[in-house]
This record gives sequence, C-alpha cells and structure tokens, in this order.
Amino acid sequence: MPVIDLANPTRFLALVNRVLPWLVAVTALVFAIGLYRAMHAPDDYQQGATVKIMFLHVPAAWLGMMGWVVMSAAALGTLVWRHPLADVAGKAAAPIGAAFTFICLVTGALWGRPTWGTYWVWDARLTSVLILFLLYLGVMALYWTAEEPGRGARAAAILTLVGAVNIPIIKFSVDWWNTLHQPASIVRLGGATIDASILVPLLIMAGAFTLLFFTLHLAAMRNEILRRRVRTMQLLQAQTLSEAHT
Amino acid sequence: MTAFAAILLRDIQLSLRIGGGALMGALFFLIVVTLMPFAIGPDLNLLARIGPAILWLGALLASLLALDRLFAMDHDDGALDLLMMARLPLELVVLAKALAHWLTTGLPLVIVAPVLGLMLNVDVRAMGWVTLTLLAGTPALTFIGLVGAALSVALRRGGLLLPVLILPLTIPVLIFGVAAANAAIVGPAPFGPPFTILCALSLASLVLGPIAAAAALRHGLE
Repeated sequence: MPVIDLANPTRFLALVNRVLPWLVAVTALVFAIGLYRAMHAPDDYQQGATVKIMFLHVPAAWLGMMGWVVMSAAALGTLVWRHPLADVAGKAAAPIGAAFTFICLVTGALWGRPTWGTYWVWDARLTSVLILFLLYLGVMALYWTAEEPGRGARAAAILTLVGAVNIPIIKFSVDWWNTLHQPASIVRLGGATIDASILVPLLIMAGAFTLLFFTLHLAAMRNEILRRRVRTMQLLQAQTLSEAHT
Repeated sequence: MTAFAAILLRDIQLSLRIGGGALMGALFFLIVVTLMPFAIGPDLNLLARIGPAILWLGALLASLLALDRLFAMDHDDGALDLLMMARLPLELVVLAKALAHWLTTGLPLVIVAPVLGLMLNVDVRAMGWVTLTLLAGTPALTFIGLVGAALSVALRRGGLLLPVLILPLTIPVLIFGVAAANAAIVGPAPFGPPFTILCALSLASLVLGPIAAAAALRHGLE
C-alpha cells in the first residue's frame, strides 16, 4: 500500500486495527525476553544490584530523544507536505516522548542516590535531559491552548523544528557549562566498556522500548483520530440543535 | 524611504509614545535587581560574585516582559494583516519589527546595566565587559522571543504560554553570557571564546528567528 493511501484516516484506522494486536504481542514477547535476561545479568562488582536500573534508564533516555526526532519528521510532514496524518502523529508523539524522558529522569535519580549519594546533581547530561523534558512540556502546552486542532498543529510543528535546531546547541552549551564549572568529578555513566553479558540484555530492552514506543504511538494516533471525529460530530449536533431551535 | 526603514521607524515611534511602554522593561529590570539583595542578603562580597548572573537573569526576564506586545497590538488593530499583504517579504517585515523592539526594550537594559552593576558591587573596571556581553547577547533574546511572540499571536491566547516556550530555548544565551561576564571579572578562563559564541548565537538567531516567526504568522493567520 503506498504511503499516500494512508492519508485517508479510515484506511489508516483499518491498517492500525489490523497491525496493533500483533505489535502488542511482539512488544510483550520482547519485553519478557529482555526483562528475563536483565534479571539474570550479573551484578556490577561495585554497584551491586542497582546496576539493573540501567536496563530501564538507558533505553528510556534513547527513546526520549527519538521522540523528538519522530516529532520533527511529523512537523516536516505537516508544514511541507500538509499530510493530514502528520499533525496527528506529532501530537500523539509528544506525551509519549515526554513520558520516556520522565522515566529516564526518575530512574536516573533513583540510581544516583545509591551510587552517587544524591538524587540530583547539576551535571551536564542530567541538565540537558531536564531541558528536553521542559521542551516537551512546552510543545504539549501549545497543543492544549489551541482552540482549533489544525492551527495548533502548525504552531507546534514550527516550535518542534525550532527545538530541533536548538537541542544540539543546548546540549553543546550545557556540556561546556559543566566543564567550565566542575571539571569531571562524577561523570562516570557508561564510562567503561560494557561486557556482553550486560550489553546483550540492554540491546534487547532497547528493542522492546522502541516497539513499545511505536505501539503506543499508533494507539495514540488512532485515539486522536477518533477524538477528532467525536469533536466534529458534537459540533454538527450542536449546529443542528441550534438550527432546530430557531 | 524604503519599506523596511519605514516599518522600523514606525515601530520605534509607536513604542516611544504614550502607551508604548518602551522603558517599562528597564524599570522592571531595576525592580528585579532591587529584589535580589532582599532574597540573598546585603553581603557585598557575595553580591559582587553573583552580580553578573543577577544582571543576566534580570535582563532575560525583562526582555520577556514586553514580547507579547510585539505582534499583539498590530494584530488587534488589523495592521498586521496589511503588513502580511505588503510587497516586502514577511521575513523582512518581522526582522524590522524585531530590530525596533530590541532598540526600544533591549538597548535600554544594556544602558542601565552599569548603574545596576554598581549597586551590586560589581568591579567598576569589569563593568564595561559585562555590559558588552549584554550588548552582544540581548539581540539573541529578542530574536528567539520573536518566534514565541509570533506563535502566541497566531493562537490568540498565548500570553501565559510565551515564557514556557521561550525560556528553555534561551539557556545557551544565558550560559555563554554569564560565562563571558565571569571570565571578564574573575578569570581564569579567557573572555574571547564564550563572547564570540555569544555573538554567533545572536547572529544565528537574527537569521533563523525571523524565518520561523514569519512561518508561524503565515500558518497561524491564514
């Protein structure tokens, strides 16, 4: 089926309804394998069992960043090709990306407490993830304030692209800020080469998280299309009611 | 007179006249800096150390204050629709308005900064350098804020939204501005690298800001 056919929401919904159960099953299966392998991965000689947090933390961080890439692609689709589903895709991806970024921050704080002795430090990497989270919230706020879905989608698409230009600059400047003020004291995340006994479960977990992202994304896109249909129906109903009264 | 200069002059005149609120930002800057010693305590040594950071934070917040006036008033009285139909590309119209906005709200901040620096016990010899960083950095704040102003006017109810959208994007300007100011005062890092990056941020946002803002207006108000 060519991509242009998917511009029709009904065909897209039919495809989603066909694909989604399989995707859910595959995601659950890969998660089961990944979690099993992660549970049986050896403990770190220094950190003990807390190293298990990594299997949630690192994939969440990757997916948090990938969410913005998906949103940027959707933003291009909205602004350049005016693809009718692109703004649905962008709107659906924002809360999911924000959730993964939030998981990354929370698991990072819980991991930091036993290993670094504090929940939060103003380290470059932590700070840039926090800023990414704030940018996600800004885009979501922009969607919320728009009265009309189409107008809000175009505004959010522009903000997404501005953010896509800015995120590397922010990352770079925050790195620089850190080295200027506190030269490498505690930054030891992923410093050493990772043994295969840990790396393989980590990659399986990353695959499971990616599948989870796309499963949730497709489901959220379906819900958004249905929500818009409900809205249109409510508007039509209100219109016919007001006409009947006059 | 070219159309670009005409828009620039018009916006400057409008903001200098009654109800324009050009100097409100500078007044807000003064109040923010006055509040700081109440929160931190009047320890002059401490104030001297964090003085440049206070000046930069104050300038950042003050430059936010007037941003939503950038397009909102022209949108209300219909002038924005005429400007969008003008023969001059919308990017240049937006650039002219942003330049006028910086001249009437950004430049006053730079001019009052040395006086406020004296109140914060910043070293007099270093004050020139701190002011120079503000002069190089505040255009970036205006041009980044321009995008937020355009987005919020397109949505018509973005007044509260504007700081949420804009502040995360201004973090690099704040980092390099304070880094350059601190380098000028205490060292030991050289002043040059952060200052040139600050200039680069201003120049890059001068190009990219009007393009994004014009796109936001076109898509929002069509």
